[in-house]
Amino acid sequence: MQLTDLTMLELARKLASGEVSSVEATRASLERIAQVDPQVRAFLRVDAEGALAAAEASDRRRKAGTPASVLDGVPVGLKDLFLTEGVETTAGSRVLEGFVPPFDATVVRLLKEAGLPLVGKLNLDEFAMGSSNESSAYFPTRNPWDLTRTPGGSSGGSAAAVAAREVFAALGTDTGGSIRQPAAFTNTVGLKPTYGRVSRYGVIAYASSLDQPGPMTRTVADAAALLQVLARHDPLDSTSASVETPDFSAALEEGVKGLRLGVPREYFAQGMDEEVEASIRAALREYERMGATLVDVSLPHTQYALATYYLIAPAEASSNLARYDGVRYGQRAKDARGLKELYALTRERGFGPEVKRRIMLGTYALSAGYYDAYYLRAQKVRTLIREDFLRVFRDVDALLTPASPVAAFKLGEKVEDPLSMYLMDVYTLPCNLAGVPGLSVPCGFTKAGLPVGLQLLGRPFEEALLLRIARAFEREHEHFRRLAPLPAQGA
Amino acid sequence: MALTLEQVRHVASLARLALTPEEEQRFATQLSAVLDAVARLQSLDVETVEPTSHATLAASLLRPDVARPSLPPEKSLANAPAKVGTSFAVPKIIE
Amino acid sequence: MPVSDFQPVIGLEVHAQLLTQSKIFCGCSTAFGAEPNLHTCPVCLGMPGVLPVLNQRVVEFAVLTGLALGCEVRSRSVWSRKNYFYPDLPKGYQITQYDQPICEHGRLIIDTPGGEKVIRVRRIHMEEDAGKNVHDASEGQSLVDLNRAGVPLLEIVSDPDLRDADEAVEYLKALRDVLVYLGVNDGNLEEGSFRCDANVSVMPRGSTTFGQRCELKNLNSFRFVKQAIEYEIARQVDVIESGGTVVQQTRLWDTNKGVTRSMRSKEDAHDYRYFPEPDLPPLQVSTATIEAMGHRMPELPRPKLQRFVSQYGLPVYDARILTAERPLADFFEACAAKYPDAKRLSNWFLGELLRLLKEEALPVSALRFTPERLAELLAAVDGGTLSNNAGKAVLEEMFRTGKAPADIIAEKGLAQVSDTGAIEAVVDDILVKNAGEVEKYRAGKKQVFGFFVGQVMRAMKGKGNPTLVNELLKKKLGD
Repeated sequence: MQLTDLTMLELARKLASGEVSSVEATRASLERIAQVDPQVRAFLRVDAEGALAAAEASDRRRKAGTPASVLDGVPVGLKDLFLTEGVETTAGSRVLEGFVPPFDATVVRLLKEAGLPLVGKLNLDEFAMGSSNESSAYFPTRNPWDLTRTPGGSSGGSAAAVAAREVFAALGTDTGGSIRQPAAFTNTVGLKPTYGRVSRYGVIAYASSLDQPGPMTRTVADAAALLQVLARHDPLDSTSASVETPDFSAALEEGVKGLRLGVPREYFAQGMDEEVEASIRAALREYERMGATLVDVSLPHTQYALATYYLIAPAEASSNLARYDGVRYGQRAKDARGLKELYALTRERGFGPEVKRRIMLGTYALSAGYYDAYYLRAQKVRTLIREDFLRVFRDVDALLTPASPVAAFKLGEKVEDPLSMYLMDVYTLPCNLAGVPGLSVPCGFTKAGLPVGLQLLGRPFEEALLLRIARAFEREHEHFRRLAPLPAQGA
Repeated sequence: MALTLEQVRHVASLARLALTPEEEQRFATQLSAVLDAVARLQSLDVETVEPTSHATLAASLLRPDVARPSLPPEKSLANAPAKVGTSFAVPKIIE
Repeated sequence: MPVSDFQPVIGLEVHAQLLTQSKIFCGCSTAFGAEPNLHTCPVCLGMPGVLPVLNQRVVEFAVLTGLALGCEVRSRSVWSRKNYFYPDLPKGYQITQYDQPICEHGRLIIDTPGGEKVIRVRRIHMEEDAGKNVHDASEGQSLVDLNRAGVPLLEIVSDPDLRDADEAVEYLKALRDVLVYLGVNDGNLEEGSFRCDANVSVMPRGSTTFGQRCELKNLNSFRFVKQAIEYEIARQVDVIESGGTVVQQTRLWDTNKGVTRSMRSKEDAHDYRYFPEPDLPPLQVSTATIEAMGHRMPELPRPKLQRFVSQYGLPVYDARILTAERPLADFFEACAAKYPDAKRLSNWFLGELLRLLKEEALPVSALRFTPERLAELLAAVDGGTLSNNAGKAVLEEMFRTGKAPADIIAEKGLAQVSDTGAIEAVVDDILVKNAGEVEKYRAGKKQVFGFFVGQVMRAMKGKGNPTLVNELLKKKLGD
């Protein structure tokens, strides 16, 4: 068994006992990347020097008996949406090519303070807009389970890097499903915390009222441990909640006896792939066997979530991306004659088609004469969607749904049809609109060997309960022990 | 809801995107399809519903009025595509 | 129709920079005059991933101002984004308050020839300032300095209640005085920390339907405000009388040519696509905060002026100058507590003290002497120890050195002789020695009197109390 096959907490235990050093683990990670990333293409850039320096510092601390945290010395990766001081950060876009931030995102600072070496920046759909990682301006990332398929998106690079065991965990962001859907496609665990649980300062903004950073790991316990480091009130983020950070791992093994788990009928209505549905339904029966009560519930406004999301997110994005104008940082169209051309050419050349589409959509939804009919109306429907959840949570402790209607699809399959791509997120979008936490846990595999993910949705700030419910299922099957077959024979 | 090329151009101008004619056509079609999909929101009665303009339940976060050190100009301008001294340089703005 | 057949209608928008230490959404210093981009950080540079955090003092200043102007302070107000592209606007949007501003429905009283007039203040809101663009003509480029980006502003909008340029200037002066009194703004038009834009329209006199308005910008002195508004009124009347219609536009005041001219219209300039700022929760202002600000309210300029008139019996002219700035008014009152004759005190302030302060360009806080000392000086002059002129000299010395008047008088030997007996002796002596001139005087040549005064003063080395000298001479000469 390779060092890189260990889960994050398995490694942490070996680091604590002195059996393995952080430098060894980091070198193993770097070697694994060199070995498999030419095929997977999860990384945009690797910072070997920085990571090894951090690993050395970690080893020194461990020797002195003063580890910075339980996870001190565990090498991880970061979606290239998190600003890293001194390390290029591009958002997967050409418009930020060469941009070297002068500061760290808060979550990056927290990881550094906890002693985790940061191995590199992971590929993503440009500006987090996408569900397949194919809209990265640089190159698409491939699913380690089948290199002809996408790893999902927009945190596709993060999911792939964890599934391929290039890093022991990664950070992603989730705006409409961008952590959960790639996790489902790659047999990994992806958690979107409650909105406000984790700081957004230094995370390149896509849709401000929907974005949340979160952990992407091999196991549920790993996700709990990583969330523990990230969940802090941040005085630099006015939307950061002032809530207690509970011990997310304390109740992990308590099982689901006596819990009421809702099954929202709207998520099972139609459109799911047969094998995916079979896998999910098997999981539901499993929960019953484990002692939970399944409750049929309804979230009647689910059908409006897609439309609501695709008005609100692009509207906020159109405003958030206005700063990419070539004036103070990033790429600039040097041949522009005059200021207006500077803006228009810089942005035309710097943004890919999906980003441009969403900027156009968002600008339109906010423009004079259309604001009421589109943006304002969508914000009202959003209230109805949120109320659906809050109402249902008075009766059940969590919801069980599929994370994605399909398993990983082929590269190129959906790029020509934006709307079909948007439909990939039908099950994940509502929870972002409602601000509630959501998590995807490995649920099984299709006959072709493609992972399926089970989604759990919970009450605001009850990530610990979601993790416990997910762990109960994970304990039964331990799907995480099945490893993506890399290096593959051929490509 | 079909977007005309005129509308596409207007929006592109607001968004400062120099679209090619081919993009204009493509976006007109694609965006119209999305707008058709979002049209279903029109059927809902939201007369008495408050918009969720903020996802957070956080109360206003206030900062005391204390000046703290700024970023040194070398760092502020380190990524500048063009600069003169410690100023960002852009093509002339015509008032 | 002549201009007088038209009724001008004017509304004013003021943008006032707040006197906070740090910017509205980040901790960068608001200090003026630094080299470009010295006071910037990722937040006010609009770097990727940054977020705004509100400066508490900005809210306090907004509430204070709202209360001073009699506004309703909203317990819940909302932030909005105003989206447009310009190099001095780093995020590509300005964080401001669009609907639901923090204060509304206030008023400001101004004086007009026809008496007091109430001008309604429609709204007050908080927003962030933009940076500065400087044209570098030689290279055909513009240079962007973001030091000012993020400095907090209060935007104060009046209803279109003003009816001529003079009223507009009165309103601006009164508003500026309030803001300076509150300590929220420094009232400087020239440097741009107090900016005014005027919305001007005309309608036929007697009509109730407002005409099309134009916005005037670049009015950085009260004189320009008056000139620009008057020019614009005449221009609009001219357009209408020539059979044209006034087109809504923004016009810049051109000081050199003395005209307003249309700014080149920017395409789509007005679709700001306002929406609620998702990065800032709605602002809650508690009743406790509002009450606390109420307690912090100083006496405002207009009530203070009226009180100076009634309490100290001062003419409005004096009171206006004395209350123009709070520190001066406060110092005056401290002196008035030590010295009974307010009018005499005012004369000294208006005549000498303000002159000295202005010459040295010093604030009242830089005065080196106390109210007690000034009272001592005035008492010395009243009591005859000092002539008026000597008094002025002593004041100047006190101003420069901070020494006590008694010490200065002694050092410089400025005490004048007011001993009637002593003066009488000298007068007698001079008259005896100049019998011929006395004859001439008594024969009708009254201008000889000046000669006698001169002689007496010379004999007394300038220290004779002039009033007594004159009195005694007249008596001795038999007038």
